Amino acid sequence: MLMVFMLTILSIVTFLLFNAVPTDPARLTCGKTCSPATIEANRIRLGLDQPLITQYLEWIKGIFAGRTYGSGTATFNCDAPCLGYSFRNGEQVTDMIVTSLPVTIYLALGAFVLWMVGGISTGIYAARKKGKWQDRAIMGVTLVGYSLPVFFIGILMLIFVVVRWNILPYPSYVGPNVDTLQFLQTMILPWISLAILYAAYYTRLTRSQMLDTMSEDYIRTARAKGLPEKIVLRKHALRAGLTPIVTSAGLDLAGLLGGAVITEYIFGLPGLGRLAIGAVTEYDLPTITATTLVAATFVIVANIVVDLLYAAIDPRVRLQ
Amino acid sequence: MSETDEVLLSVRNLYVEFATDDGLVSAVNDLSYDLKRGKTLAIVGESGSGKSVSSMALMGLVAGMNAKVSGEVYFDGQQLIGADPESVRKLRGDRMAMIFQDPLSSLHPFFRIGDQLVEAVQVHHDIDKKQAQVRVKAMLERVGIPDVDQRMNEYPHQLSGGMRQRVMIGMSLINNPELLIADEPTTALDVTVQAQILELLKDLQKEFGTAIILITHDLGVVADMADEVVVMYGGSAVEHAPVREIFYEPAMPYTWGLIASIPQISAKNAHLDPIPGNPPSLINLPSGCVFAPRCAFKQLVGDDLCEHERPQLSLISLEHASRCHLTENQRTDIRRARLIGRQK
Repeated sequence: MLMVFMLTILSIVTFLLFNAVPTDPARLTCGKTCSPATIEANRIRLGLDQPLITQYLEWIKGIFAGRTYGSGTATFNCDAPCLGYSFRNGEQVTDMIVTSLPVTIYLALGAFVLWMVGGISTGIYAARKKGKWQDRAIMGVTLVGYSLPVFFIGILMLIFVVVRWNILPYPSYVGPNVDTLQFLQTMILPWISLAILYAAYYTRLTRSQMLDTMSEDYIRTARAKGLPEKIVLRKHALRAGLTPIVTSAGLDLAGLLGGAVITEYIFGLPGLGRLAIGAVTEYDLPTITATTLVAATFVIVANIVVDLLYAAIDPRVRLQ
Repeated sequence: MSETDEVLLSVRNLYVEFATDDGLVSAVNDLSYDLKRGKTLAIVGESGSGKSVSSMALMGLVAGMNAKVSGEVYFDGQQLIGADPESVRKLRGDRMAMIFQDPLSSLHPFFRIGDQLVEAVQVHHDIDKKQAQVRVKAMLERVGIPDVDQRMNEYPHQLSGGMRQRVMIGMSLINNPELLIADEPTTALDVTVQAQILELLKDLQKEFGTAIILITHDLGVVADMADEVVVMYGGSAVEHAPVREIFYEPAMPYTWGLIASIPQISAKNAHLDPIPGNPPSLINLPSGCVFAPRCAFKQLVGDDLCEHERPQLSLISLEHASRCHLTENQRTDIRRARLIGRQK
């Protein structure tokens, strides 16, 4: 219920972007040489002459049921889910998103797996070696990793791995089904650059969570039972400290799924983030609203998934 | 058990020190005692007297706390201090077990009761989950958990405090340990539940022949449970005697203070006699008697001896030792004057 409500609010806000821009949307639909007559024709064809509420309802109807633009003989259909036509190239926005979304999903999921595995295991190790040189070294390195912006790490990797050392070919995206090797060669650097940033944060988070829970009474009980330290840490302590890690992970992943703008740009990945930035620079309003809607939907869904995971992790959260 | 006179645990000159930012904390200072199989030794003292730390140390549970443990602890002849941590771990939960003050925080909040006990069985026995569950079920029934099948699938927060402590006791005894360390097992429970838990512990002790180290500050619990008592103050044993002697012929001022602090409904003057002052800081302990700053009787000892020289733990009778500079006659006089202990 809450989710539907939030998505409704969200759709209204994004839709209002149309009217928030300091220019006439109809004017944006045709190029430099554009007669007032064409503008007016476009306005009527796209329904921009209608009252705001009608426009909004049409837009929503388009998403769920598809819609028809124009009237009389000059009509064209846009099947559900219809997010409108790009002002820029007249393509269906839905098609553009369907093409770019997988790229972003591959990017986000790959990096996610890398940083979760790397960050959590390094965090556990640091917690185990608390105060010793291993711990200090990890804390130092993660602080640096956490402070470096992704465009710096990304460009550095491109310069050295691709340009100087020629270890990898220059990234050029293809789908994993088309050419798996080239796909992996293209994705490995973006995965690593994103993962470094997040792994640094998750290492620190895991470490502090572990240290918190390790002073709990039930950890002492676990040791008193004679459990090996490995199990005490990985099963008893990690499980108890998992909640904040899951929260962060869910929201970070959702954020990335909405488009890892900088990373996609640096490595030339045709993902959602690049689509959004391209749309913004060219006032491509239907594309802007659509990408915003998709990104925000990810965040809302992620929040709900995180809430469900809480209950899976902590029995005290479960409803009786 | 047949060999009731056999010494199970022998602690000799145990020291536990913690390196902290404020300096070296001497949490346990030269503690020695013996515990026979099937018997109960109560360790009594205020918070910070070292009673919990000394027991944690012999279980090897102070590792990783920047603790330095020295001395000798023989468990069934095996020296535990300085032993391979892995060999001590194998004893923990199997031949020596521990229960704690707060059963809610001591059970893992995210795991089912049954699974927590099954884990305790499986870590020491190579049996499958089904077999372990049978054992767990029998044990939970033995410690008085109703509807065991259902309870095993529940989480600690779904049980009452008394039930949780029963679960803890069941978990600690599941591998039939020879030694159980009970660290304030009833302090966090309702008074009515306290009595039930103590009864349960006594029954199980009889049944399994478990030796118990009972850590408490409640002299009522001591009177009920203990065979022998060690009174600890400032990290050391200040008095060590069979339980009757502690109550009837306490031999040093701190023990007198403890006994005088027990509320007595029959007493005509109904005010309590608390011990003035606070427990000592364990950093830079005084060179003399640790209790001297709070002792009302130190001026009876000449030459400021209490301030300068640490009294030895010396035998008063065959089984009774205390750490005090007062003479036997002085003690008898004071006890008589203050109406402490049994009046002859």
